[in-house]
Amino acid sequence: MEQSIEKIGPTIGQSLLENPKMSMRNVDVFYGDKQAIYDVNLDIGKNEVLSMIGPSGCGKSTFLRCLNRMNDTIEGCKVTGSFDLEGKNIYHPKMDVVPLRARVGMVFQKPNPFPKTIYDNVAYGPKIHGLVESKTDLDEIVESSLQKAGLWDEVKDRLDQQGTGLSGGQQQRLCIARTIAISPEVILMDEPCSALDPIATSKIENLITELSENYTIAIVTHSMQQAARVSDRTAYFHLGKLVEVNDTQHLFTNPDHELTEAYITGRFG
Amino acid sequence: MSTIEIDIEKSNESNCTNESEMKKVNTIELVNKNLKKRYRAERRFKAYGLVSICFALLCLVVLFTDIISKGHGAFFQTYIQLELNLDEDVLEVNDIQNMKQLASANYQGVIRQSLRTLFPDAKKRHDKRKLYALVSSGASYQLADQIKAQPALVGTTISVFVLADDDVDTWFKSLDDAKPFIGRMSEKQLVWLESLKKSGSLHKKFNTTFFNNGDSREPELAGIKGAMIGSLFTILVTFLLSFTVGISTAIYLEEYAPKNLFTDFIEVNINNLAAVPSIIFGLLGLAIFIGMFGMQRSIPLLGGVVLSLMTLPTIIISSRAAIKAVPPSIRQAALGMGASKMQVILHHVLPLAMPGMLTGTIIGLAQALGETAPLLMIGMVAFVVDVPGALTDPSTALPVQIFLWADSPERAFVERTSAAIMVLLAFLISMNTVAVFLRKRLERRW
Amino acid sequence: MSSSVLLLVIAMLFVFSYWSGRGKAITSAQHLGGVTTLNSLPFYYGMLAVLWCAIPCLVLVSLWSMFDETVIQQLLVSQLPDNSADMSSGEMTLLLNKVNNIANGITAASGQPVYMQDAANYLLSLRANSHLAMSVIALSLAVCGLSIAWVKINPELRARKQVETVFKLILLLCSCIAILTTVGIVLSVLFESIQFFNKVPVSEFLFGLHWSPQVAIREDQVGGSGAFGAIPLFVGTLLISAIAMIVAVPTGLMSAIYLSEYASKQVRSWVKPLLEILAGIPTVVYGFFAALTVAPLIRDTGDWLNGSWTFELLGLSLQVSSESALAAGLVMGVMIIPFISSLADDVINAVPQSLRDGSLGLGSTHSETIRQVVIPAALPGIVGGVLLAVSRAIGETMIVVMAAGLAANLTANPLESVTTVTVQIVTMLVGDQEFDSAKTLSAFALGLMLFVVTLTLNIYALRVVKKYREQYE
Repeated sequence: MEQSIEKIGPTIGQSLLENPKMSMRNVDVFYGDKQAIYDVNLDIGKNEVLSMIGPSGCGKSTFLRCLNRMNDTIEGCKVTGSFDLEGKNIYHPKMDVVPLRARVGMVFQKPNPFPKTIYDNVAYGPKIHGLVESKTDLDEIVESSLQKAGLWDEVKDRLDQQGTGLSGGQQQRLCIARTIAISPEVILMDEPCSALDPIATSKIENLITELSENYTIAIVTHSMQQAARVSDRTAYFHLGKLVEVNDTQHLFTNPDHELTEAYITGRFG
Repeated sequence: MSTIEIDIEKSNESNCTNESEMKKVNTIELVNKNLKKRYRAERRFKAYGLVSICFALLCLVVLFTDIISKGHGAFFQTYIQLELNLDEDVLEVNDIQNMKQLASANYQGVIRQSLRTLFPDAKKRHDKRKLYALVSSGASYQLADQIKAQPALVGTTISVFVLADDDVDTWFKSLDDAKPFIGRMSEKQLVWLESLKKSGSLHKKFNTTFFNNGDSREPELAGIKGAMIGSLFTILVTFLLSFTVGISTAIYLEEYAPKNLFTDFIEVNINNLAAVPSIIFGLLGLAIFIGMFGMQRSIPLLGGVVLSLMTLPTIIISSRAAIKAVPPSIRQAALGMGASKMQVILHHVLPLAMPGMLTGTIIGLAQALGETAPLLMIGMVAFVVDVPGALTDPSTALPVQIFLWADSPERAFVERTSAAIMVLLAFLISMNTVAVFLRKRLERRW
Repeated sequence: MSSSVLLLVIAMLFVFSYWSGRGKAITSAQHLGGVTTLNSLPFYYGMLAVLWCAIPCLVLVSLWSMFDETVIQQLLVSQLPDNSADMSSGEMTLLLNKVNNIANGITAASGQPVYMQDAANYLLSLRANSHLAMSVIALSLAVCGLSIAWVKINPELRARKQVETVFKLILLLCSCIAILTTVGIVLSVLFESIQFFNKVPVSEFLFGLHWSPQVAIREDQVGGSGAFGAIPLFVGTLLISAIAMIVAVPTGLMSAIYLSEYASKQVRSWVKPLLEILAGIPTVVYGFFAALTVAPLIRDTGDWLNGSWTFELLGLSLQVSSESALAAGLVMGVMIIPFISSLADDVINAVPQSLRDGSLGLGSTHSETIRQVVIPAALPGIVGGVLLAVSRAIGETMIVVMAAGLAANLTANPLESVTTVTVQIVTMLVGDQEFDSAKTLSAFALGLMLFVVTLTLNIYALRVVKKYREQYE
């Protein structure tokens, strides 16, 4: 059941919010001559978990990477439209990506701990940003971040071992600890569980729920169950367009758009 | 278990929500406070990189300017225009048809006579010797060649450009400098030269000698032809041996070799040979090929064999990469049609991998062409005047010639050394350009 | 029959055997129903005939030409007058050289002792006989091989299989040349080194502090009995290599980082080939540059500094040798820059993008990512590359031969003249050698040291690099 882009039409549902944390308007993304995102308008609310779902190649990861300008590192990638973080456009020429990324952190699809010790992995962010003055402060941050990531009990006796020596799920939680060590306001997660087994996945999902108390989280996932479990709102992307955004329960039980329905009932994806 | 833990955590978290809000604000402030310093470090780091590259490129520029500024003069040679009276008595020739007589005639006498008539003030024996020294000792041979070609000239008076001595040549070329070169020349010689210059008898002409002669003790007679031919022969042998053996080895290792200890051993050997210092290959040539097999020293054949052993690893490694780059689907397609392994290799793999193999071979040969140390070991440093005519004639090679000339004290040899380097570099750069071109073509293919 | 004619005849024989083998196969298949009944394509029958014809003949020719000189020399020695039996090996070689020169017409025969003229004539006749015998045997072997092939060829013969087996064997033999080369290197340095260590104890060579290899030829000659303590050479080699590394490692590394992380595609496409030119310049050119440009420059700078008022005020004075280690080291460093830069470039590019993303995603700047994530991740590979570069610096010959001195000073002062292992090897072995003297043999002992050290460095470095590659594959 292939759909042409023209037939999709405007976004259905509740894509805009009052007083959002981030708000994106008229977003187009190009890789060279190829357009990957078509005119997306979307808001992310404070301390909410927004999940983005859709078939592979629908542009959800691309969109996510725009939110802290990770696409800057890809050659030939062009982004237009406005991305506001608390009212300031992050693509403004004067916007500095370094503090931006300290405010909007990112967790990647494949766990990518640095080839350093567990301690140094977590301490890396605070160190480079100069957030701590003393070793005790740093120890505190490392401990609290690892605790928040639910990894402390597993690694507290081997903080000086290589981060790459952990299991896949532990590595991913280490990456999350690394991200929250610099207390970002928004955490972006790009399919954080796609490389993990079910037990590790459930641990990460619990963690996301916990973190949502303090952080705004945008998560891209290929698993509809995961989106349903962790998120407050869900956005469905298709062929680079934002088809529907709604309250998670509403979207999964009573989708407004026929494409969304087709996707969640498993007719393609 | 885990749920209980999480519950406790949750209650903790909600208690300190306010606190964490505070922390966030604090974070941004801290980040912004340190930004300036961090960006300074960033700029500094980037500048180090830029400086490094500029330093490397500057070295390249300095090297080339230095060599070109030293060497460009060698492509021109000073000649002295003399009126020569080819008197039969002075020449001691009575029969101009007699070639033997013409060959052994006293050409030097004619040149000396002409110099004496130009500068009658040179009376004393010592002064005369100084006067004669203005002209190269090779001038009489060049005159001899001219007369032998035209015996009818005997008895007439002709105006001839005779080769000047190397000191005269260096002096004449350095006139524009702040301090012209004087070298071993005496006051008197300089006076004579000034008057020659005034009368317009000193000329700079394109230096054909440099390209047509072999080595010589006299800089003005020394040329690179012998060394170039020697290098050519050496590289020819290197090419024939290393190309065939290198490609065969690459094919064996990529297409036939079973995964076992012996294959590993071959690979370890190849990788290590690639990094063995070149002088060690010279020792190998000396001890094994000369000492054990009794091969003759100083010959291009031996030089070629030694250099091919040295270049083999380079060629093997790049040929293997080229073979690896041939998509397996092509092999499967051919095998699927019922082609034998040898047919697959000869009909499909080799033609597709050939540009890559040639690239590696050319780069390897360029390395071999510039290599000096192993040739020193096998005696290709001998002073060889004759241009070699066969693979088994004693000869030198271009880089060795550069080494020999660089050791010579005469100032005129500095110029010729640099010129020889320019010729060598021209060859190397054109070889590498061909290699780059081939590689580009290869890239377009896949 | 001259060598070229012999080769031509043999080559023609190969062509003939190809066509005859092919022809025999085709004709023998004719009465069975045509070429399709053949086991293999006619081409393979032709090739099989060529192989039968070529292999024995070529093996014979190569073995013969490898060993004939040795055999001839033996025969010649046995023919010499009796009093030559108690000659030293050095005198014997001298005598043989003289005979050789007479035989080759380099020295005029007249005026030489009669026994030498006889020997020269004998040598000439031996050579002629040997060549004739080789030609005859080679040709008859070729013909024999061809006839065997001719007899064997029939439509059922699995020619393709056999040709392919031989093809594979030939390829295998070619692969073994790498092993043979290594064995040859080991043998060539080992044998002579053992002879050397019979004359000079290993401990003196390895730990002696004094190197002056000139051995008195006559008993009464002034001059040492030769001292073979190689420590000054090792120190000199290390000093020059260290200077080279101080220049090359930071410059090469930073160039690689700038090129792979910062430079635009266009800059890269210009700078990389330029650096490759730097890598392609022959070492003899660098040597010339070092000896004639850099060394005088350093000496002049030293003189200038000595004359400057700061130095006078401080009472300093620099003694700069005209063959300073600094000049050789600096130029060698420049030579190694592109080597390090290209190795580091490979290694840095092998660091996965995900690590860079992880660091950038945390808000680190580009240089922080490089210094704290990329370089530590690439460190094993970089170390391996630097070790390879060190081994290159130690084995580098022409720059030091031309720009460093011969005086074996034991010093760490880069402004003094030092000598290196490779310089000494070249000095001992270039030009006229004294046969079997400790001086000549010491070159091989130095060669052995050089080989062992560079080999160890290489094996270790390659292992480190390989391990590093596997980590990110």
